[in-house]
Amino acid sequence: MQLPAKMIHSLFLVNSSGDIFLEKHWKSVVSRSVCDYFFEAQERASEPENVPPVIPTPHHYLISVLRHRIYFVAVIQSEVPPLFVIEFLHRVVDTFQDYFGVCTEAAIKDNVVVVYELLEEMLDNGFPLATESNILKELIKPPTILRTVVNTITGSTNVGEQLPTGQLSVVPWRRTGVKYTNNEAYFDVVEEIDAIIDKSGSTITAEIQGVIDACVKLTGMPDLTLSFMNPRLLDDVSFHPCVRFKRWEAERILSFIPPDGNFRLLSYHVSCQNLVAIPVYVKHNITFREGSSQGRFELTLGPKQTMGKGLEAVLISSQLPRGVLNTNLNPSQGTYNFDPVTKLLSWDVGKINPQKLPSLKGSMSLQAGASKPDENPTINIQFKIQQSALSGLKVNRLDMYGEKYKPFKGIKYMTKAGKFQVLPAGTGLGFKKIIQYKYRTKHTSLQEGLNTT
Amino acid sequence: NRAPGPAWLGYSSPGSSLSLSLSNRTSLIDSTCSDLFLLSTRNDDLKEMLESNKDSLKLDAMKRIIALIATGKNASELFPAVVKNVASKNIELKKLVYVYLVRYAEEQQDLALLSISTFQRALKDPNQLIRASALRVLSSIRVPIIVPIMMLAIKEAASDMSPYVRKTSAHAIQKLYSLDPDQKEHLIEVIDKLLKDKSTLVAGSVVMAFEEVCPDRIDLIHKNYRKLCNLLVDVEEWGQVVIITMLTRYARTQFTSPWKEDGLFDENSETAFYESDEKKTKNGDEKKSYMMDPDHRLLLRNTKPLLQSRNTAVVVSVAQLYWHLAPKHEVGVITKSLVRLLRSHREVQYVVLQNIATMSIQRKGMFEPYMKSFYVRSTDATHIKSLKLEILTSLANEANISTILREFQTYVKSQDKQFAAGTIQAIGRCATNISEVTDTCLQGLVLLLSNRDETVVAESVVVIKKLLQTQPTQHSDIIKHMAKLFDNIAVPMARASILWLMGEYCERVPQIAPDVLRKMAKSFTSEEDIVKLQTVNLAAKLYLTNSKQTKLLTQYILNLGKYDQNYDIRDRTRFIRQLIVPNEKSGALGKYARRILLAPKPAPVLESTYKDRDRYQLGTLSHTINTKASGYLELSDWPAVAPDQSVRNVEVIEPVMIHLYFYYPCPLITQMKLCVLESSSEAESDEEKSSSQSSEESDKSSSQSEKSSSESDSEQKKTTKKPPQKKTVKPTAKDRYYNELFNTYGYTVLSQSKCLSRSLFSLCILTPCPLSCAAALLQVSGPAFVPEKRHDLLHRMTGKGLSAQYQFPRQPCLYQPTMVSVQISLTNTTDHPLEQIHIGDRGPTGLDMHCFNTVECLLPEASVTVSLGVDFNDSTQAANFQLCTKEDQFSVSIQPAVGELFLPATMTEQDFRKEQGKLLGMNESSATITMAAENTTRQPISRQVATVANLGVVPSGQDNIHRFAGKTASSGAVVLVTVELRESSAALITINTEKSVMGPMLLRDLKRALTRA
Repeated sequence: MQLPAKMIHSLFLVNSSGDIFLEKHWKSVVSRSVCDYFFEAQERASEPENVPPVIPTPHHYLISVLRHRIYFVAVIQSEVPPLFVIEFLHRVVDTFQDYFGVCTEAAIKDNVVVVYELLEEMLDNGFPLATESNILKELIKPPTILRTVVNTITGSTNVGEQLPTGQLSVVPWRRTGVKYTNNEAYFDVVEEIDAIIDKSGSTITAEIQGVIDACVKLTGMPDLTLSFMNPRLLDDVSFHPCVRFKRWEAERILSFIPPDGNFRLLSYHVSCQNLVAIPVYVKHNITFREGSSQGRFELTLGPKQTMGKGLEAVLISSQLPRGVLNTNLNPSQGTYNFDPVTKLLSWDVGKINPQKLPSLKGSMSLQAGASKPDENPTINIQFKIQQSALSGLKVNRLDMYGEKYKPFKGIKYMTKAGKFQVLPAGTGLGFKKIIQYKYRTKHTSLQEGLNTT
Repeated sequence: NRAPGPAWLGYSSPGSSLSLSLSNRTSLIDSTCSDLFLLSTRNDDLKEMLESNKDSLKLDAMKRIIALIATGKNASELFPAVVKNVASKNIELKKLVYVYLVRYAEEQQDLALLSISTFQRALKDPNQLIRASALRVLSSIRVPIIVPIMMLAIKEAASDMSPYVRKTSAHAIQKLYSLDPDQKEHLIEVIDKLLKDKSTLVAGSVVMAFEEVCPDRIDLIHKNYRKLCNLLVDVEEWGQVVIITMLTRYARTQFTSPWKEDGLFDENSETAFYESDEKKTKNGDEKKSYMMDPDHRLLLRNTKPLLQSRNTAVVVSVAQLYWHLAPKHEVGVITKSLVRLLRSHREVQYVVLQNIATMSIQRKGMFEPYMKSFYVRSTDATHIKSLKLEILTSLANEANISTILREFQTYVKSQDKQFAAGTIQAIGRCATNISEVTDTCLQGLVLLLSNRDETVVAESVVVIKKLLQTQPTQHSDIIKHMAKLFDNIAVPMARASILWLMGEYCERVPQIAPDVLRKMAKSFTSEEDIVKLQTVNLAAKLYLTNSKQTKLLTQYILNLGKYDQNYDIRDRTRFIRQLIVPNEKSGALGKYARRILLAPKPAPVLESTYKDRDRYQLGTLSHTINTKASGYLELSDWPAVAPDQSVRNVEVIEPVMIHLYFYYPCPLITQMKLCVLESSSEAESDEEKSSSQSSEESDKSSSQSEKSSSESDSEQKKTTKKPPQKKTVKPTAKDRYYNELFNTYGYTVLSQSKCLSRSLFSLCILTPCPLSCAAALLQVSGPAFVPEKRHDLLHRMTGKGLSAQYQFPRQPCLYQPTMVSVQISLTNTTDHPLEQIHIGDRGPTGLDMHCFNTVECLLPEASVTVSLGVDFNDSTQAANFQLCTKEDQFSVSIQPAVGELFLPATMTEQDFRKEQGKLLGMNESSATITMAAENTTRQPISRQVATVANLGVVPSGQDNIHRFAGKTASSGAVVLVTVELRESSAALITINTEKSVMGPMLLRDLKRALTRA
């Protein structure tokens, strides 16, 4: 008698054309025909993203994540928190990316043995075993060109012989015996602003999501503390497991023994309750006239509340209505591109010079005879602001205990646009107008019709 | 020494001369597996490569085989060739063979058995990684015949020294159980044993095994409940999820509901909890008040910080724990964290939104402030969009409905028509839920009827139809308007809906309905089937209510229907005709035609699909798919009366200590009493006196420790002879201090008294921690006396006149053997008395601490010394807490040096070597240093080491080697220090301990101390 076993049973990797290119089973083998249910769902979905993450089938449950255009489909036999599986699958993708630089079908196929070894270490009987990158790298060394060459000559291997000490200690995220000649610790404060701006330029929602990514290359077992000038700004935080909760709660100080190498120390949230400065404004006017096969397009943008830092890497994109056949626009700077198939307009603006604001003007040709599109497109903006964190978060100091040498410390700030949207002018009637709408009680045509019968 | 088993298994042992005979054997196997040709020709060479002598060739072959397996191709034919390499020395090759073996063992059971002995041997390997991976593979081989071997291996691994191997054994339990459920009883024994394990590494895995094998054996959890709660923060993320889910279920069976009289008495219970950890009984009668069980509070308190975890699964599991267990007014803390998760990956959003959808139906208030986070973005996936709509609809109330409707208005215009249709449904739900906006919504929907998009129009008609059904009386003008738009609407479903409405409410629009029927009569033949059916329906209803105007029209339509191509329509027509048109053949039904066709119909209910979904535990798969997944464990209802709470009490490991006190010979007791009394008079004595005393004694200390162990032996013998004396002793004790002494945990004064003979102390603390066999060898000895270092706890400036200093007296802590004792001297530098000095909030994740009794009053310029016990869990993490006076609270923290976390121990040189032999490899850290000139003889070295760490001296036969031993306070792990002097003032320091973090830290401190002049 086989009992339904908990946790992850098997994993299938499916590419965008619907081929299974890798499978791994942790318990008895599940036939790959189970993926047919997944393919069905994939066919039904209009976009790749629309495949539901949890699909029940008669005997199994399929939980999948989509990243880098690869579906990672886990097969589950019985009750398990779905997030447990989803989180784990994402961790697998992160690990692959960490090991191979990119997580593509080609990279996975090229390194299939390392992939298998990794999956073997990450799960035991479907239960996560070692998911910390520092530990995995001690167990299985990432492939490098040099190591591949050496291995072929000497016959040595990528597999470590000793249990990484981190596995046993209370610091499971850090490998031991770390040595560097140059001891450095870099911290990047990266903020993303999400906003929805309406046509008049007023903010509907705005919030800042920030992360502190660290690259720490320090010898030995350093114990770091990082303090902020204005920790109260941080509304909601989540930590890497290395951060000591208690110190944060008591003193608002980040105290931690860092993992070796790159890691995300902290993610935080600055909510819309705190006033968020919007660094860019957009003026646009997109009109279609009824009966005409031409539409007008005008768009200008400029900086606003950027704390003296320039806007860089500005990119405008907009999904134009289906009725638009082509565009004839003239950018004052940068290049623009319109894809007549997907109807996606993108304009690579580059850097904004506040003296000479960039603009994009011109006409759009519409399908002849088609009625006027009943909606105007939203405009998505991407940008970067170097050397500034929009929320105003500032790191005060970084101290190191536990080791004697003097490390080099660096900190960098950056702001990016996350999901930054400008809404179109409202078309049609709003609900307010509806209220004033008066019904005509006389239905003349109908009355007449009746009389004739 | 070949392994037992068939001869050719030993093939891979290097230098084997058997290769010739072996190749014969393998060819024999070849013939049995003659389907080798099934593999593509490209892979023909694999077998040869596997049988070559070169590891690199074998490795290449294995890599290609793994690639075959990965792509789902069958490589089982190579099993015999592969399995021979199972004992290879090359680790990578071996691992790949393991991967292969686990994949195909089930299919090739007989051959797989040949590999078993290799694993059995590896289970005894000194390297823990090899032991663990051998167990992993052995238990993954799904061959029923090896069940007894697996069982044995699991039992052995469960008591392995290495926590990593024990973790692996917990995983193996589940594998064995799924292979042979008959082993359940034996496995439960192992689970019980592992549940008692104190390693954070094991906790998650064993709870997983518990959940799978015996989730109903809740009795196994009782004794481990508090430990699991306390370890939780340090368990790895995945284990946290499993433990939290299990504890949620546990709590629902063991505690009473906190929801009855919500929030009234909660504060009380919290303070009660802080006052005493040993609180056992629930006092006060239950009728009056609800008191939260302190253990219930402990769980809530210890899980809360995990809301800050980066792992989304942990956050959601804590959220569901609060939802199912916390008093209603405390659930709010999870909101912010859940909303934060909405920034995570799409799949995470999906699950989190589902949970929020269920929560928001019951508790709108929780998420209303975050309404904007649920606004839909054009880039969201369809399932995310519809979940957000769902939540926005649930959150809608009179105050925010206008904002939400404005938001919905933009959604209706979305290019994603499925989503637009969903929005219209949502508007319909808002309209029924909030009566103030029903009219607005309805009229808004009517406007949408002129939308160009068919789906939008159709959906609007359907929703309007539903809305009108709930309140048909007032809306005849809307029906008229729809009739007017009828000509422009092409979507069949919408047309059919309008026709149905006309028929149903034909008496409210007596003039329009017949005209609509007239138009339908004209276009009947070109309509869709569904429209035709409704036309027949409308005709029948009108015939019954207004036969004068519509008789001819109805007859015409029924005639058309009679010859329709679709048999459904022909059937319906025939039925209607018999029902309504009176003729001689029509039976009794005709009389009831009106009541059949125009019966009042119940209005459809517009409600969320997430209503009542919380019958499933939130965060589970069952909740996500809204059906019971196999293996789902129900969350029980709160018990009406709480089961016995004392089951969770763990005997604190104190018996030896207490009993020794009680069984003490009389003279000693009095002597002790005297000491206590003496010390009490000296309690506020100046420091200098004691330190001078200690320095005098420090020379003796090393020899003392040896003596103490022999003494303790003899004392123990006496103890057994003497019958209990406590009865005679206790009544005579009237002295305040004496009372305190026998107050099970009130040894405050005692531990302060430095004059108390140390040998007596060491006797009392006769290692009550039988944690591992190694620890049992150890005997804790008295500490070597060193000048005490005082550290500032609270400066008088920051403390508003209250200053506090702390020091580590290096006495074993009497409150609990795992605690480190700390002395705090409090001084009042103000000009007014300070009242009620006590320890306040220790933060939600505070270390386990035994607080001092409240100092009621401290006069100006006076100082008092109090003592604390802190369980640092063998880490140098600071203990944070609040020092409170009547008016103020000050956050303070005690930061222990690593050396303070040990208890000194004595052992013979022989035992020392034996222990050291077990702690090699990664458990050893060493360094060569240049000693300061004066540190080259025994005494200064002992003194320097003692200053750094609370370790005992081990007698040494060699002059140039000095040994020190101790154990960690919390887990009792052995710590061994060796200082070996070499020529020209060089010295090698070696530290052996399984605490791989403490080792290097101690080494660093010792280096510093010994090199310093």
